[in-house]
Amino acid sequence: MSYDVPLAEGESVEEISVDSDQTTGWQLWEVFMRPKRGLAYTHCGSVHAADAESAVLNARDAYTRLGGTASLWVVPSSAIHASDDPTSMFEPADDKPYRHPTFYEIPDEVGQL
Amino acid sequence: MVSEHQTTFDETIAADEKIEPRDWMPDAYRNTLIRQIAQHAHSEVIGMQPEGNWITRAPTLLRKAILIAKVQDEAGHGLYLYSAAETLGVSRDELQEMLHSGRHKYSSIFNYPTLSWADIGVIGWLVDGAAIVNQIMLQGASYGPYARAMVRICKEESFHARQGYAILMTLAKGTDEQRQMLQDAVDRWWWPALMMFGPHDSESTHTEQSMDWKIKRMSNDDLRQLYVDQTVPQGEYLGITFPDPDLHFDEESGHWRFGEIDWDEFWAVVTGDGPMNRERVAHKKKAWEDGAWVREAATAYAVKHAAETAKVA
Amino acid sequence: MTDGANAALVEVLLRHADDNTILGQRLGEYISSAPELEEDLAIANGALDHIGVAMHLYEYAAEIAGGDASVDGYSMRRNEREFTNALIVEQPNTDFAHIVARSFLFGVYQKLLWEQLSRSSDERLAGIAARALKEATYHVTHARRWVVRLGDGTPESHARMQTAIDEMWRFTSELFEQPDIDSVLIESGVVFDITRERAKWDAAVDDALEEATLVRPEDPYQATGGRLGRHTEHLGHLLAEMQWLQRTYPGASW
Repeated sequence: MSYDVPLAEGESVEEISVDSDQTTGWQLWEVFMRPKRGLAYTHCGSVHAADAESAVLNARDAYTRLGGTASLWVVPSSAIHASDDPTSMFEPADDKPYRHPTFYEIPDEVGQL
Repeated sequence: MVSEHQTTFDETIAADEKIEPRDWMPDAYRNTLIRQIAQHAHSEVIGMQPEGNWITRAPTLLRKAILIAKVQDEAGHGLYLYSAAETLGVSRDELQEMLHSGRHKYSSIFNYPTLSWADIGVIGWLVDGAAIVNQIMLQGASYGPYARAMVRICKEESFHARQGYAILMTLAKGTDEQRQMLQDAVDRWWWPALMMFGPHDSESTHTEQSMDWKIKRMSNDDLRQLYVDQTVPQGEYLGITFPDPDLHFDEESGHWRFGEIDWDEFWAVVTGDGPMNRERVAHKKKAWEDGAWVREAATAYAVKHAAETAKVA
Repeated sequence: MTDGANAALVEVLLRHADDNTILGQRLGEYISSAPELEEDLAIANGALDHIGVAMHLYEYAAEIAGGDASVDGYSMRRNEREFTNALIVEQPNTDFAHIVARSFLFGVYQKLLWEQLSRSSDERLAGIAARALKEATYHVTHARRWVVRLGDGTPESHARMQTAIDEMWRFTSELFEQPDIDSVLIESGVVFDITRERAKWDAAVDDALEEATLVRPEDPYQATGGRLGRHTEHLGHLLAEMQWLQRTYPGASW
């Protein structure tokens, strides 16, 4: 297929050292977009820029070409800290059905609750 | 012994769920993804050149605007894909360096020259048509950031093939010279477009692994057949002929059957000896080197003014 | 409107359309050569904005002029002497600093122009200008950002940015010339006296140059002639390339 350029004879998939902390270029920024007022920001990708003001403009030029954007956030990628270990972090919540309204049976005649 | 990590990974793939950046993944999966996503990104970026070649000569302002929008999308899509690759722990600069030094390749289709305005239409129709067949499949790729980039890209690219076909319909209805221009472009691009799907499945060593990992969801030959079946009738509507005497409709299977690709040409272009390989990389390197002082200036400015920015924030 | 006023309006529309066509062409030329991918995207957005405005203006001019006038005819089949764009927009993409200087110096003017024309008594023109004003505001933001970063970046970028400003400077006074033919339209509030905006342009440019640690050029020489179709030698080459297909295959549709 087109983007999976085939390996020529004697060629192999190269090992690439990751996490090499190479910071020669512009900083990486995560871009969050609010599609319209009243909605939450959602992550849409990243851009490179040397400073925050440039990152906002670059995000505008890269991610809003089709329209449908009310505002943007950019955050240095290095400032994002993520949760770890989904098993202990989030699965405990699955065992608490009483937090959901459908857990409770209320007779119809009681009306809206 | 299979590690717990490996089991989780295998189960995630088997359940058709996505692998996300911080998940454990086998090194070979990571390396294969980095290579494929980067080469996909490089393809978008190098792909700006053959079409960019006609921006200044587009025949009307409207065609010019459409072409600029399309070439711009390619820059954007390169950017999204580099972003996806960066989630795997490589930097865009490293990947670009791999392209500049020839260690990374890009889709061979962009190593052919655009010689007439009809080529711009044919690229939209045949090349983007082939890309769309691929990219729709890749929306289902097992790596989350890659699949999400594909969704965005497919949405934005939906006009690409149509604008190309619109150019060609105008040429088909035009003067004799325009129709000749159209046929000549089809003659030059048809086989390279079929080559975009890669070697036969029987020859494609790492296809099987990529399919097991659900990075690829369909084989090269299956995708190529799908493409030919949808494209040939579109060519008939334009009144062109395909440069393949063996092309015929097989009633029994319901498929268009086609002749054998010139695999010598295919491998020559892949390994660097296509008509435009050297020019494409040279142009890219020159732009990068010419821009060094600009990038450095932006960084220098940011460093100087970091204190003020912090205050504002 | 009188015939005279109509003729004047067509001239005004073509003048501004030509500015946008030629600058759009220049920016289009540069796509795939920018210092970073993000910048290719930005340059392309600028090119698209300019070409879009040009098309709206030509379209309106063609409607007023009638006959076989058309967007394609105006853009692709007029000669060098018939184009009335300002000289600054036809200047080549010598390097990124020149592109930035051209976009900035011209952009500040264009923003002032669209602010004026968005108040035009001609509703169609006012509508086009109002939309273009939003785009021009962004162009100035983008270009100014680069003037400041290159000016106040490294010694090399500072020198290049200063050179580019110096070289573009002689094409800036022309932007504030008001051709005589406009007077009939000024009376009816269709267009306004652009010479009155010069002070605002000076202030905006000086402000950016100062922040960029750049010096306002002192060269008193100012070129002129674009509005009369007397161009620098660059335009002929630009048009030869831009109009090549239409000229090579006369009468064909594309």
